[in-house]
Amino acid sequence: MKYLAIATGLFAATTAVAETPTLTIYTYDSFVSDWGPGPAVEEAFEKTCECDLQFVGTGDGASLLARLRLEGARTDADIVLGLDTGLTAAAAETGLFAPHSVSADYDLPIAWDDPLFVPFDWGHFAFVADAQFDAPGNFRELADSDTSIVIQDPRSSTPGLGLLMWVKTAHGDEAEEIWAGLSDNIVTVTKGWSEAYGLFLEGESDMVLSYTTSPAYHIIAEDDRSKAAVPFDEGHYTQIEVAGKLAGTDQPELADAFLQFMTSDTFQSIIPTTNWMYPAIMPEAGLPAAFDTLIEPEKSLLVPAGKSVELRDQALEEWLRALSQ
Amino acid sequence: MAARAFAIRRGGPGFVAAALVAATILGPVAAVLWRAGGGGWPGPADWAALRFTLMQATLSTLISVALAVPAARALARRRFVGRRVLITALGAPFILPVIVAVLGLLAVFGRAGTLNTALDATGLPTVQIYGLHGVVLAHVFFNLPLATRIILQGWQSIPAERFRLAASLGMNAGQVMRHLELPMLRAVVPGALMVIFAICLSSFAVALTLGGGPRATTVELAIYQAFRFDFDLGRAAVLACIQLALVTVAAILALRVAQTGGFGAGLDRSLRRFDAETPALRLLDGTVLLLVALFLLTPMVAIVLRGGGAVLDLPGSVWRAAAVSLAVAAASTALTLALALPMALAALRRPMLEAVGLLGIAASPLVIGVGLFVLINPWADPTRLALAVTALVNAVMALPFALRVMTPQLIDIRSDFGRLCDSLGMSPRDQLRLVILPRLRRQIGFAAGLAAALSIGDLGVIALFADPDIATLPLQILRLMGAYRMTDAAGAGLLLLVLSLTVFWLLDQGGRADADA
Repeated sequence: MKYLAIATGLFAATTAVAETPTLTIYTYDSFVSDWGPGPAVEEAFEKTCECDLQFVGTGDGASLLARLRLEGARTDADIVLGLDTGLTAAAAETGLFAPHSVSADYDLPIAWDDPLFVPFDWGHFAFVADAQFDAPGNFRELADSDTSIVIQDPRSSTPGLGLLMWVKTAHGDEAEEIWAGLSDNIVTVTKGWSEAYGLFLEGESDMVLSYTTSPAYHIIAEDDRSKAAVPFDEGHYTQIEVAGKLAGTDQPELADAFLQFMTSDTFQSIIPTTNWMYPAIMPEAGLPAAFDTLIEPEKSLLVPAGKSVELRDQALEEWLRALSQ
Repeated sequence: MAARAFAIRRGGPGFVAAALVAATILGPVAAVLWRAGGGGWPGPADWAALRFTLMQATLSTLISVALAVPAARALARRRFVGRRVLITALGAPFILPVIVAVLGLLAVFGRAGTLNTALDATGLPTVQIYGLHGVVLAHVFFNLPLATRIILQGWQSIPAERFRLAASLGMNAGQVMRHLELPMLRAVVPGALMVIFAICLSSFAVALTLGGGPRATTVELAIYQAFRFDFDLGRAAVLACIQLALVTVAAILALRVAQTGGFGAGLDRSLRRFDAETPALRLLDGTVLLLVALFLLTPMVAIVLRGGGAVLDLPGSVWRAAAVSLAVAAASTALTLALALPMALAALRRPMLEAVGLLGIAASPLVIGVGLFVLINPWADPTRLALAVTALVNAVMALPFALRVMTPQLIDIRSDFGRLCDSLGMSPRDQLRLVILPRLRRQIGFAAGLAAALSIGDLGVIALFADPDIATLPLQILRLMGAYRMTDAAGAGLLLLVLSLTVFWLLDQGGRADADA
């Protein structure tokens, strides 16, 4: 099989010499869908780079990393875009990523100094409910109330994992007890975000785990002001989405140029209304007015990348124990 | 034993087809094992998942088939206006993408569904769908139609002459049951159980969504965790092997128990059931059909209502995806038939061959997808092959249904005409052309309809390989939902339902163009 790998490598190298260089970016599926940022980003970058930008979509952030591990150093990807802060430690461990040269003045809720990954957007996880709903103000109140929630399974969904880490960072050793208290509030656990959000919109639960930015979609795209994110006084868990350059890329300059482009005003102003997240750097024109109506958590929670794997495994065990009874 | 006789001498192509199918399923699993450098031992949570999976699959299968028997009997012995439409419409749940069907089910049985709204309005306590019973309910919803069709075919395989003889002997419905219908059921039911057990075993999103939490963890979810969370390919592959082993054992048991009908030849005429013309039986059959139709069709109505507003304003990309799905379906249907026909013929001699076909639905889609990726990646860009791979996997997944539909009829054809063919010294080619294919047309039409509709509705493995520019309809529905566009997704879901049913109807009817039943 090694010979094959070498042969493919050679083949890839020869095609790369062809006139227009190709920059291959692996990302999650919803980034490249017609309704995601992909098409606009591709058009804008191709105007400046004299290259062919090709997005390849696979599932979500976690399956993106799994695919990269599957391909290893042989991967065709020049850039992987769409990992989040829960995955960067594992991604760095693969040794497949190269340091970037981007420096920018980020508008993130935490200071950013990762040598391998460049952030492009961020958001806070939050429960979304009807604006009129008398929602609990933290996890304990939620557990004591009869408010019903739909959440995602941390084993198959990124927001699900986000909630797991949210409860763990907010409550530490008492996380398991919190989950046990929540078990009668949980209507069901879904495979992914779409199913959960769909169930919520169908009226299956009072609240659903999503993002603080979710109501902005309903206001901007549907002129519907009936949804609101619920502020929790423990603080909200933060998701920062990043991109990184592969060490084995055959287009290092182009990859650097794209990472730099990610921090540009053009890229950043595409993000809010296509990915429905906050831009990593505030665009000059600011955010659409609907974003002013969103809740802004006072406290941002985030596990340092170095500790995330260990904490995640422990939190998952607790989650399974508390909810399997 | 007439084993020498008949087109089964043409067993060669059947074994080639079976080998191809086995390679398509086991090759990727082996590739994942190879890539992992060996297997990984499942942990306690995985065993718990296995226990839950077995329990829900067994319950779902038994209930689906138990309900299918009276439903099929009612359909078999009643003639009424709209019967054919009803039979087609009842098949709808089976071909829907899981998430569309689940949302339809919840519109009826969910917390805010019609049932609970009605119960609430009349002051009765509401019912909770989430839990093991919800999982079983959903699986019955998906599989009752298939079980009904398989068993209905059994009823139709009893020659009309037998029922006439029974009538002239003055047999009542109970005696007809004992002498004609029970032997038929003994031959048909194990096969239905086997296929549905295999489907329920690899269920994932249904079990999780309606199961209400991690208690309802299935093996497929454990595989997801092993792959995405721990990147433990070895454990994922071993779990996939356990799943395959379970289905193989179930298949061997079922195929041993299943017997041939052996009613002898009839003149292939449609029948009138004199024994069932009492008012009590009419009432019974009417009630059964009404209940089944209510159970299966109300969620369909909900899907139509949810999607009706959006279906005409769908973005162009959804229509393009629909065209792609149709093309993929055409390819995979042709492939399914090309594999199923020789395999079904070969299975006359080696019934266990059908177990190979069953692997297709028992295999974990995730492991197959990953395995194919591992196999293809060194040679070619998997993204470019996404559609071809999707068509192949869809074909293999539809194969067990095609086999289950064709095999019992083939066995009957052999026992009825095998010796005649032999004594006439017909060549295998002539046997196929003059004897087998004309009598198998209805089954071929049904199998083709199923294969096409399943292919249109199934996400298959494309999500793992997706090319941003080419999507199938189920993938596009997922993308719409992922972009908050639930209304458009509902519209696309309705479009998919209409497309699948139309294609199914056309092919199924094509198979019975001149039949009067």
